[in-house]
Amino acid sequence: MKYAYYPGCSLHSTGIEYNMSTLAVAKKLNVELEEIPDWNCCGASAGHTTNHLLGLALPARNLAIAEKQGLDVMAPCASCYNRMKTAEVAVKSSPEIRAKVAEITEMDYAGNSGVKSALEVFLKEVGLEKIKASLVRNLGGMKVAAYYGCLLVRPNGIGMDDPEDPMTMDDMITALGGEAVQWPFKTECCGASLPTARSKVGLKMVNDILQMADISGVDAIVTACPLCFVNLDMRQNDLNKKAGGNFNIPIFYFTELLAIALGEKPGKVGVKKHFVSTAQVLDKYNLK
Amino acid sequence: MRKVGVFVCHCGSNIAGTVDVEKVAQEAAKFPNVVFATDYKYMCSEPGQQVIKDAIKEHNLDRVVVASCSPRMHEPTFRRCIQTGGLNPYLLEMANIREHCSWVHPDKAKGTVKAIDLVRKAAAKVVKNEPLQKSSINITKRALVIGGGIAGIQVALDIADAGFPVTIVEKEPTIGGRMAQIDKTFPTLDCSACILTPKMVDAAQHPNIEIISYAEVDKVEGYVGNFDITIRKKARSVDMNKCTGCGTCWEKCPTKVDSEFDMQLGKRKAIYTPFPQAVPNKPVIDREHCLKFKTGKCGICEKVCPTGAVDFTMEDELITQQYGAIVVATGFDQFDHSVYGEYGYGKYPDVITGLHFERLVNASGPTMGKIKRPSDHKVPETVVFIKCVGSRDEAKGKTYCSRTCCMYTAKHATLMAEKVKGSKSYIFYMDVRTPGKGYEEFYKRTQGEYGAQYIRGRVSKVYPKGDKLVVRGEDSLLGRPVEIEADMVVLASAMVARSDAGDLARTLGISYDKDNFFTEAHPKLRPVETHTAGVFLAGACQGPKDIPDSVAQAGAAAAKAIGLLAKSQMETEATVSQVDESRCSGCLLCKSICPYKAIDVKIIAERVGGKTVERQVASVNKSLCQGCGACTVACRAGSLNLLGFTNEQILAEVEAVCL
Amino acid sequence: MSLDTEAVQQQPATAAQPEGAPQEWEPRIVGFACNWCTYAGADLAGLSRLQYPPSIRLIRVPCSGRVNPQFVIRAFQRGADGVLVAGCHPGDCHYSTGNYFTRRRFLLMQNMLQYMGMDPRRFQARWISGSEGPKFQQVITQMTEDIKALGPNRKMRDVE
Repeated sequence: MKYAYYPGCSLHSTGIEYNMSTLAVAKKLNVELEEIPDWNCCGASAGHTTNHLLGLALPARNLAIAEKQGLDVMAPCASCYNRMKTAEVAVKSSPEIRAKVAEITEMDYAGNSGVKSALEVFLKEVGLEKIKASLVRNLGGMKVAAYYGCLLVRPNGIGMDDPEDPMTMDDMITALGGEAVQWPFKTECCGASLPTARSKVGLKMVNDILQMADISGVDAIVTACPLCFVNLDMRQNDLNKKAGGNFNIPIFYFTELLAIALGEKPGKVGVKKHFVSTAQVLDKYNLK
Repeated sequence: MRKVGVFVCHCGSNIAGTVDVEKVAQEAAKFPNVVFATDYKYMCSEPGQQVIKDAIKEHNLDRVVVASCSPRMHEPTFRRCIQTGGLNPYLLEMANIREHCSWVHPDKAKGTVKAIDLVRKAAAKVVKNEPLQKSSINITKRALVIGGGIAGIQVALDIADAGFPVTIVEKEPTIGGRMAQIDKTFPTLDCSACILTPKMVDAAQHPNIEIISYAEVDKVEGYVGNFDITIRKKARSVDMNKCTGCGTCWEKCPTKVDSEFDMQLGKRKAIYTPFPQAVPNKPVIDREHCLKFKTGKCGICEKVCPTGAVDFTMEDELITQQYGAIVVATGFDQFDHSVYGEYGYGKYPDVITGLHFERLVNASGPTMGKIKRPSDHKVPETVVFIKCVGSRDEAKGKTYCSRTCCMYTAKHATLMAEKVKGSKSYIFYMDVRTPGKGYEEFYKRTQGEYGAQYIRGRVSKVYPKGDKLVVRGEDSLLGRPVEIEADMVVLASAMVARSDAGDLARTLGISYDKDNFFTEAHPKLRPVETHTAGVFLAGACQGPKDIPDSVAQAGAAAAKAIGLLAKSQMETEATVSQVDESRCSGCLLCKSICPYKAIDVKIIAERVGGKTVERQVASVNKSLCQGCGACTVACRAGSLNLLGFTNEQILAEVEAVCL
Repeated sequence: MSLDTEAVQQQPATAAQPEGAPQEWEPRIVGFACNWCTYAGADLAGLSRLQYPPSIRLIRVPCSGRVNPQFVIRAFQRGADGVLVAGCHPGDCHYSTGNYFTRRRFLLMQNMLQYMGMDPRRFQARWISGSEGPKFQQVITQMTEDIKALGPNRKMRDVE
């Protein structure tokens, strides 16, 4: 199994742990990843809000390169996935858009190569059965809330799972021997860049999610999006200081837990880089 | 040689103003077969018609062309006219020189040319006209009503009162339908059972009504006036003749099952009647759950029955009966809201539907009329009602408005206020639609006197938080998000067609729409008829309806059925398809095309080479054929022809106008 | 792909003047109108005094599904410059399904006529309801103009 790998900006910076753990999981599961040569911005955030066509052309260029390689793309970041999927669907559904995009990028992307999220590649393509067979240890009943955020599952037709009650990560938690805590805020908005831009509004959104996780009695939250991760992980300290919170919920990328269960050492997949310490919970469930 | 007479009408100045009618008559006189042509001021008037009758006698005419207005206007008039003049009424053709000529072409020269063409066309066709006879069929004076809800009961009572025998076939063990499940009726708030059960009893006791419950229509053959219906009486496991309905069996039955009648909120036994006022008030055994059928053990009901009515060996029974008319009144199902993730995919026990609420508030319901929420039987203080669940939703639901939800939600909010003092009802709505007598006033009282708070906007998410349900939505009038912590959420789920409506439609040969509601023959002018003669519609099987509308439609359907049954014989269309059996290859392509099931196979015997051989040919049932002619074009051999519009007639018209 | 070579061979408008007709050439269009919709629509156009060219000759049929392709061919053979088949809107057929057959037959006919070199504008199918008098007027006016531009039908006309 081979995919063109699109790390995007996050996995090379704030989401470095996601990159480390994704590569580790890929290796364990024999998924070959070839980074797209000369890849560019996926068009998220500033790109697609500035200009609709730019928002399609940027990811289409990356897809066009992968198409030349004859590979489908794996994009772990939820935002990259969303942009690339949008471009894929748009190009496939309209010859005019395809022509326009080709004119801009000077590369014809026909839509033959598609994009998959890391969740789809590892949990659907490789599959939970194979993962279960390769497990070295299990999560020992760790209570984990799966948090999907918005970009992985929305909008309808682009998202990779049910927009109201996605289960992909929940099923993985169960398969790894954890307890997938069913909670209502799986797809709440994490606030994205609002905690920076309008901290009062943004922090409340983060606060609501963490609070709901707390009420639900979780040991940890697992996510598949670098932006969600940053908000949930980094803002806990902020909330504790500014809003009198008392949060101490470790946040994991799903690939981190997966890699650990497949036998990787936690230190190798970046869990020590988190703002909220993961040591306690990993200790508690014997996952050192 | 035919003898055609042409009569050109002036219609005052309506035609004569822009068409040179005298010239038209002069030209017409030169057409082949035309032996007489004249013009007259008002052809349709009494003296005008006399002109025609006199000419028929005087000139021995055998065909008549009237050039005047549209045949849609006066064809019946002139057919009667030539009939009294001694000709078969179908030996008439009309040239429409008013609507299609004088009124639209102000240039008199051009108009006259066209008028002459139109008369030539009619004269060419009429030469090929043949005398036609309407045929007639006998009518069986008995009606079948499918479905024993309020609509079906009303239809049956009305037809029975008119003196005709009626059979009600009901799928459930009892008649009563949805109305029996409902607690109060809007806008008067009278108790549903109190007005329904007397009607159920009336139906049961009416000498002209036979109720066959726990039964379905298996097969429909025949046609209007003469339907041969096979009814499947499902094995009840209880002998209706022996059973007295004493109730000992269901008291002693050890197996408890979720009650369908109580929307799974309460329990019934494996041998049961759905509710205490059931008609007939005799139980059935639910074989899926009965221990005797599952394990072979038990059989308590058989032991305790004082009359020995329980019969585990009973089998489905098929009965066949002839009926003249069928009224379909099979009602509706409730939309399954489990497609809505935002309302919890049907997983939260305290997110219920309107029908659940009816059972919760009903004095004979599972909570004895005390409103208690399903999860922990707590009395809810704050209830959120969400309207248009499944209605008016192109993405996940139905495109239509279910018509009843605005009113029943208002009713529910009123009942909440009355039954749980100090409770608070919030209602999320898209629009409030209350067209009906006293409906708007009722809604206003719900808002004013009963203090229900209406919030215009959709709900984006319902989620549990502790023992509450948080309802998050938008108040689109204030333009801001709202969150309500509720104890219970009631969804005004859409009314949808019965899940097996498509099957029944195919059995009956009636059409249904994209949502599986049965289609009326005309949306405005024939609202209770179907395209299949002799089959009528009543109630919500035709589209969402409330009780008053269902009852009104039931009366209308009954009137139509009575109108049919009151005749001993029925006249049928004369312009029907005809098979030339000598040319028919028996391919029966026509059979599949006919929308009226009017074509069937027939075996004929022919002498070929001194031997008699049998072969199949198409045969048109004249009483079913509506004369559309679709089959005639499909026929490869050209052996089908439509009387009154034959290939020869139409080709003659084509030739005449192309001259 | 263009099969309608006819426009190129367009005849002068004066080529086939019917006898006694006034100066300008008026095409002859044979219309097959279903009794329940289009015939009623034409009646309504009359009631509303909506003027249109006197080019159309309507033949009343119970349903557009009664129109045999033979009739169309015969009209062209006998010199019709255009043929219109008109019925109820899809879904509104008085006989529930007749116009669906019309629709399919029309497409086949249209293909065949085009293959024979007939300009598709000469053979039209239109859905005109009983309440659409103005649409009837507009369809006839438009079709007449189109065919005037094309000139008389010489394609399938019987040799005279």
